[in-house]
Amino acid sequence: MHSHILLSLSIHIAAYKISLLISFSLRSLTIINCVLRYYFRGRTNSNMQRQLATMKQSLFDQGYLDEQFVQLEELQDEVNPNFVEEVVTLYYRDSVRLVQNLEQALEKNPLDFSKLDSYMHQFKGSSSSIGAKKVKIECTQFREYCRTGNGEGCKRTFQQLKKEYATLKKKLEVYFQFARQVGPVEKARRPK
Amino acid sequence: MDLGVKPMSYTSSNVSLKSGDGVSDMFPAGLRVLVVDDDPTCLRILEKMLKNCLYEVTTCNRAELALKFLRDNRNGYDVVISDVHMPDMDGFKLLEHIGLEMDLPVIMMSADDSKSVVMKGVTHGACDYLIKPVRMEALKNIWQHVVRKKKYEFKDKDYEQSGSVDELDRQQKPNNNEDLDYSSSANEGNWKNSKRRKEEEDEGDERDDSSTLKKPRVVWSVELHQQFVTAVNHLGIDKAVPKKILELMNVPGLTRENVASHLQKYRLYLRRLSGVQHQNGLTNSFMGPSDMPFGQMSSLNGVDFQALAASGQLPPQSLATIQAAALGRGPTKSSIPLPLVDQRNIFSFENPKARFVESQSQSQTQQHIKQVNLLHGIPTNMDSKQLASLHQSAQSFNNMNMHNHVMQMSGQGQGQPQSRSQILNEINVSDLPSSSSSSVISQPVLSQANIPTSFLGRNGIIASLPQPSTVVDFSSQTTDFAGSNNNINNNNNNNNSFSSKGSGEFVPSYDVFNDLYQNNRPQDWRVQNVQGGLDVSPSVLVQQRFTTSNQKSVGQNRGLSVINNNINKTAYSEIGQQINSSLSDNQLRIKAERLPDMGFQNGIFPHEQHFGQEDLMSAFLKQQQEGVGSVENEFGFDGYHLDNLPV
Repeated sequence: MHSHILLSLSIHIAAYKISLLISFSLRSLTIINCVLRYYFRGRTNSNMQRQLATMKQSLFDQGYLDEQFVQLEELQDEVNPNFVEEVVTLYYRDSVRLVQNLEQALEKNPLDFSKLDSYMHQFKGSSSSIGAKKVKIECTQFREYCRTGNGEGCKRTFQQLKKEYATLKKKLEVYFQFARQVGPVEKARRPK
Repeated sequence: MDLGVKPMSYTSSNVSLKSGDGVSDMFPAGLRVLVVDDDPTCLRILEKMLKNCLYEVTTCNRAELALKFLRDNRNGYDVVISDVHMPDMDGFKLLEHIGLEMDLPVIMMSADDSKSVVMKGVTHGACDYLIKPVRMEALKNIWQHVVRKKKYEFKDKDYEQSGSVDELDRQQKPNNNEDLDYSSSANEGNWKNSKRRKEEEDEGDERDDSSTLKKPRVVWSVELHQQFVTAVNHLGIDKAVPKKILELMNVPGLTRENVASHLQKYRLYLRRLSGVQHQNGLTNSFMGPSDMPFGQMSSLNGVDFQALAASGQLPPQSLATIQAAALGRGPTKSSIPLPLVDQRNIFSFENPKARFVESQSQSQTQQHIKQVNLLHGIPTNMDSKQLASLHQSAQSFNNMNMHNHVMQMSGQGQGQPQSRSQILNEINVSDLPSSSSSSVISQPVLSQANIPTSFLGRNGIIASLPQPSTVVDFSSQTTDFAGSNNNINNNNNNNNSFSSKGSGEFVPSYDVFNDLYQNNRPQDWRVQNVQGGLDVSPSVLVQQRFTTSNQKSVGQNRGLSVINNNINKTAYSEIGQQINSSLSDNQLRIKAERLPDMGFQNGIFPHEQHFGQEDLMSAFLKQQQEGVGSVENEFGFDGYHLDNLPV
């Protein structure tokens, strides 16, 4: 008899203990989970920032961008938080027009080198303003061919130029997207 | 984009700029900048950069629009930044317009960094040239151009001396009205530099606000300018006289003075267009501002000049050069090589020839003013060196009509001499036709403060400007006077467009004499007088005034009174001899004869014809004896106080 009662009691106690244990674990797990989540969030952001910085550095190292781009970034502030992107967008819009003019002019026969040179001068000016280094180099080369009256050289260089322009545009798009993700968080956490 | 809304604070900062060193506690913040560029990317970037510098920015992508903003709001901007290549108007053209209409500092920029384009910017008067892509650091300091410009304006006011540099600066101010005043005063023989300065100051003030003695500024709108150009073309650029232009234009309310000063500027502009290359790369700015003063002088001179020119005495160019030379101010449109201050400029002036024609009239008037400056204390001592140079130049100038009076009446002072000689040389540039015109007073060798050496213009006025170094130039003046700038300018001379009508190279300073001649006034060019009041700046001296003087009278002997008593007798004698000898021209002879009539004190005769250096010397000598009383009047020097110069 007694043994029955004892047995059930012990079972109850055991069960209780187990539940306690479980709840405790659960709680701690929750806590741990929270802590871990918090921890990881931070790491993710700074990861992204690091990634962004690496991306930018590679653009410079590979010669797509030059010092002028840094000047633009320095102009970015709270008043104009997306200044660089804004300017680059303006550049794309204007370049479309210039590239169109150049294509039309290159289809003429005979080639009007002074006109070509003039268009390219404008394009070179904008490209250098945003720091598009490789594009600028192609522009210079193009102008040199214009100067010497080398039509074939001009056309070849123009194709090269368009390729560089497209590559830069793609890379910058990725960069800006990433920057937008990282940016705001960064700003929010940055002490004022 | 700000569209020219200027908060009061800016105004105040501007005011403070004007009054003092331009240092308000805000400055340079609030500087009002107008940016013109057809590239939207660049425009946006510049706008942001300038805003970060705390400047007030107005942007526009078309030059016409920019001009409209500037015209609508005359005092609304402090500095303009413009791109060079724009679809609707060339950046340099815009630069010219701005310089003509509202003397603001303009900064050019371009992706093009080739030397030729940068040089073009410099010659057209740009304050600075930025290479794209533009960096923040470059924009941070643009306020210096504003301060610099204003500083010189103030400086002019206070500056009592005939520092050529100052004059030059002053001349930069585009004061049409004032120039005109000047010329008139010059004609009256008001030689005092200080007075002139004051006038210039006033002009400067006027620019910013209304000055009590200046007439309201005339705004040369596009239509007005078009009418002007039509009139000038109709008359022919050589024959375009303010009076006739005014008649042709038939615009109510426009005065001859306005036209004259504008004509000067226009001439300078044309000269620039024709690719005049100054040896030293005279900048437009240099020329530009000075144009103003020239212009004014020219108005008066113009008349005389015409006369002179007619008589062939003053080669237009010589006048121009002289003017330029004489006028410390700097060549105004009249393309007078800037005489003063920059002697180099003078040299570099290629040609006053073209300008000369135009400037003849101008130079005349101008001469007086500037020339006075040149002749500070006209010392009449002419170094032998000077004489030698004079000889040289004289020869070259032979044909210079007196126009070039290079008056440099050495009186002025030393500072000038150098420039003077240069001017002289320039003037001498044979361009000047040895018109019988009034003695072109070669600029003299003013180098020495004392020598007011009259430049002998063809008329045999030998300005014995004692220029320490350049004095020699004077010698060249003897005959043609072209330019006493002796050798220095020889090169220039050749270049000088002075192509004096006939007088051969004429030292710009001769203009003064020419003027004298034309006016037939018994101006006493005595150098001495000049000394007192003359700020002998080579450029100034001669030209203007002389050219206008009647040729006849000039020939006579205007005897460059400019020549100071101090002028070495030997110098004179030399000149005299030279003059006599080389004076193949009748005029010279006549002059010699007339000398006595002239009563020149210093014996600077304005020879109508180009005098060789020897001639000049002799003329000088003669004049000395006779005293150049009438010279002054004839030359119409404002600033010169020649002893006998009739006022």
